[in-house]
Amino acid sequence: MTNLPLISFYVFGAILLFAALRVVTARNPVHAALWLVLSFFTAAEIWMLLYAEFLAVTLVLVYVGAVMVLFLFVVMMLDINFDRLREGFWRHVPLAALVGALMAFEMVLVVGSREFGEQSVNSPGAPPAGHSNTKELGRLLYTDYVFPFELAAVVLLVAIIAAIALTLRSRKESRYQDPSEQLAATRAGRLKIVKMEPERDPPAAPPEAGA
Amino acid sequence: MIPLNHYLVLGALLFSIGVAGIFLNRKNLIVILMAIELMLLAVNMNFIAFSHFLADPGGQVFVFFILTVAAAESAIGLAILVTLFRNLKSIHVDDLGGLKG
Repeated sequence: MTNLPLISFYVFGAILLFAALRVVTARNPVHAALWLVLSFFTAAEIWMLLYAEFLAVTLVLVYVGAVMVLFLFVVMMLDINFDRLREGFWRHVPLAALVGALMAFEMVLVVGSREFGEQSVNSPGAPPAGHSNTKELGRLLYTDYVFPFELAAVVLLVAIIAAIALTLRSRKESRYQDPSEQLAATRAGRLKIVKMEPERDPPAAPPEAGA
Repeated sequence: MIPLNHYLVLGALLFSIGVAGIFLNRKNLIVILMAIELMLLAVNMNFIAFSHFLADPGGQVFVFFILTVAAAESAIGLAILVTLFRNLKSIHVDDLGGLKG
């Protein structure tokens, strides 16, 4: 147990990669969403190892708590023929594996080199006692990045309006008041007086033959 | 301690899995959205790793903004999916040829 952070990093990394692989290969999208929950949760643990506590908790709250529940709701609400969605899966495996492996190989060649290794980039280590990651982020967010922060709020507002506008259906039987129409109502529009002859009883019908 | 390139390699592998997932599930819009989330997670991992190793919290602020945009993107994407399913009774990519001349 000499290097506990390194061991936990390898364990979390293995779980994260396995869960990500299961997300893209799961037969059922519900299972894929649940594997995605696991991978987000494990990524939050890895962010904890990097002393990014606030973002780790945000990832769990926002992604696991909100976005993945949204995914699960949509997947379960839609009545989807899963088998038809999976056709061509095995046909695309060689191409996907080739492209993925090639991209991973190239990126590992670049970022896994000694330039980013222990000798070149020293870890600053654990922050000093009493240091608050949340406080530091909040200070940055409300001073240097206050304009992007407000833009992010506008982006969220646009997303809310767009999601509601896309999915809202006006029901035909819903009733509502229109005040301007109520005010514009006149006697002529509502009441009509008709002159007509007085009604009389119809003459008795002659008895039908054979009734 | 854990060197920086460990985190970068993990992010690269995660991103490649996301790209391969788009190739594998090209008929399934829901899993394509999930693969995009995986790729964004890989990018965020790199941002946080560099932010820690360069001792600059600005990288974490960017992760904050990426999370915001990703949440908005998935909300609108799923709303489009629901509308699509209402109109077509299917979310199969082959059924979405409505704009084809």
